[in-house]
This record gives sequence, structure tokens and C-alpha cells, in this order.
Amino acid sequence: MDTNRRNFLKVAGLSTLAGLSGTAVVDRLVTGSGIAQASSGESQGAAGAGPGKPSAVRYGMVIDIKKFYQDPGLGEKAVHACHQKHNVPKFPDKRDEIKWIWMTKFENAFPENPNLYQDEESATKRLPIMCNHCDNPPCVRVCPTKATFRYEDGIVGMDYHRCIGCRFCMAACPYGSRSFNWRDPRPFIEHINPDYPSRTRGVVEKCNFCVELVQAGKMPACVEAVADCKALVFGNLNDPNSEIRKILKEQRTIQRNPSLGTLPSVFYIV
Amino acid sequence: MYDSGKIIPGLIIFVLFITIPIWYNRGGGSEPPKPVLPKDAKACVLPAAEIRAEHMKLLNVWRDEVLRDGKRGTVTVDGKQYPKSLMLNCMKCHTNMKQFCDTCHTYASVRPYCWDCHLAPVE
Repeated sequence: MDTNRRNFLKVAGLSTLAGLSGTAVVDRLVTGSGIAQASSGESQGAAGAGPGKPSAVRYGMVIDIKKFYQDPGLGEKAVHACHQKHNVPKFPDKRDEIKWIWMTKFENAFPENPNLYQDEESATKRLPIMCNHCDNPPCVRVCPTKATFRYEDGIVGMDYHRCIGCRFCMAACPYGSRSFNWRDPRPFIEHINPDYPSRTRGVVEKCNFCVELVQAGKMPACVEAVADCKALVFGNLNDPNSEIRKILKEQRTIQRNPSLGTLPSVFYIV
Repeated sequence: MYDSGKIIPGLIIFVLFITIPIWYNRGGGSEPPKPVLPKDAKACVLPAAEIRAEHMKLLNVWRDEVLRDGKRGTVTVDGKQYPKSLMLNCMKCHTNMKQFCDTCHTYASVRPYCWDCHLAPVE
């Protein structure tokens, strides 16, 4: 074939141009569909475990801090009811402690609301805290075995059969709601409840909002324990006529560390 | 054959050695287990042969339905309702883990980890 430098350069330039634009177009198409896939995947994830489309039921709780300040025995009653119901062990060493619901000071529960001149009640008295059953739970996102997961009714549950004890969830939870069983808990359970399993060494456990009672139409054990004074109110946050929504409408409530975007389902009347 | 005086006794000793399990357990051996059945309950959620072969699968299905899907209803067999639960159903009739569960599990040399968490009824 007879060709000269000029024609060769023309063909080379044109084919380079065609090649580049061609790959650009192909890239665009590929990434375009890739984005489409990713976003659809995201929306699916959100529907499963996030603040996406609202489901019919999202369980939540309102805790009246004032009532717990007034009666220090109240918190003890709630903690005792929970820990007895779920065979939560009581270890003598604080490092091994397992907690589902426990009492703490205001400044520890609400580090986003510091106050240089704290009122005396907040400084000295204690309020109950537990798993917040977040609408956007970071523990569920990090769990490699899906041992912790969100039920459709908003309760963040644990499947101890699947827990491998990696403790990613403990690192992810900003509320310290999870405890790890460093030792066999069996010998340290004070009163064994024969209707509920215990846990084994090497799994993480936490408050389950009494899912076994709630999904059977009953109230959580802590709510039941302080039912006389209604210091804890449990209900469906997605039902505008529920008791809990009525309280949330009437009272000013706060959530723990709202800036983290975990969307807790536990509200506190200050 | 060279050295047949050593090889043949050697082979006999070898064959005897690798068949130890067969002749050691001959006669005595181990008898099939006899789990103690509950006296007052006559019916189970499945026929005996089926539950004997499939109980571990059934328990896994129940576990996933109850714990993960939140389907905490009951199963109805012959008009009677049973909760889908090891502790709240199975162990209410089979009240003795050692005389029921463990007899076969030990015989078959399986070590289910159910009892690491689930509580056997107090004997």
C-alpha cells in the first residue's frame, strides 16, 4: 500500500480521536448504569434498615427523667425486672459487666448537652439508659454475620446463634449499649428464668426491647415494672394516635446524641 | 518369595492392627440408645420417625422464623397448638435432657451447642 507521511498522520489522528471518544462513551454508559445500580441498592438498603419509607410500626419509648430523679428505687426496679427476665448475669468484676438497661448520670447520657452550672438533681441523680433501637443503627451496618438486625417494627434484635464475638457492633454503637461475654455467664445468673435462654461466652448482648413479649402483644419488662407511675411509656411511633405520640406532642423531649444521625427511638422528657 | 518368614507375619500383624475397631467391639459393642420417652404426652409435632431424623432441621426452621422473621405464632398439629420453641415446647414434655437428648447425641457422637445458651429443665 502506497502512503505518505501526511495521510498516515491523518489516519492515526482520526483513529486516536475515535478510540478516545469511544472509550469515553463506553465509560459513561458503564458508570451511568453502575450509579443506577448502586443507588437502587442503596434505596433497598434504606427500606430494610433506615429512615427510608415509613413502615406501619416503629416501636419507641419515652423515659420521664423527672420521675426517676424523684424516686431512686424506680430505676432499680426497672433494671431488676429486665435483668431477671432475660437471665442477665451479675459479675463481681466491673470489667466483665453485662448491662441491658442501667442507671447513669445526665452528663454521661447526654454528652452533647454539657452545662457548666448543672442543676443539683442532674448532677447527683441517675436516669435509665439502654439500647436506643435506632432507625439508622450503626451496629447493624457493621455486623459481618447479620447477627444483629432490625426487625420491620423497628426493634434492633440480636441472633446469638450467629454472633461470632467480633465486637464490631460494640465499636460502632455510640451509646455503649452492648456488652461482651468475656466469661461464661451461666454461674453468675442470680435467678434463672427458665423460659428465656442465657448467653454463652464470646457473644455480644444488649437490650432487645423485650421483642419476645412485644411481638406477642405484651409490654416490655421494664415498662411493666414501673407501670404504676408511667415513668416509661412504650408504643408505636408511627401511629399518630398512640399514647407515646401524644406524650411526644405535649412534652419537650430529647434524644441521646442526635447529631450522630442514628435516629434513636428512645426519647427523654427532661 | 524372599523373606516370606518376615513378610507374612508382618502382614498378619498389620491386618489385625487395622481391624482393631472391628474385633475389639465384637460381641459387647455398644447397644443402641434407649431414650426415656415422656409418660404423659403421647403426641409430638411430627411422627416419631420424622422427628427423630429431622428435629434438628425443624428447630433451625423454627429459630429462623421466630427470631429473624418475627413469626412467633404457633404450629397446630391435630388441633393442638404448640409454640415454636425448644424451651417452651419440646422441653415441656421431654423434661429430662440427660435421659432423652443426651442418650442419642452421645451414642452418635454429636455435640449440639443448644445447651450452651438454652436451659434444660431442672431435674
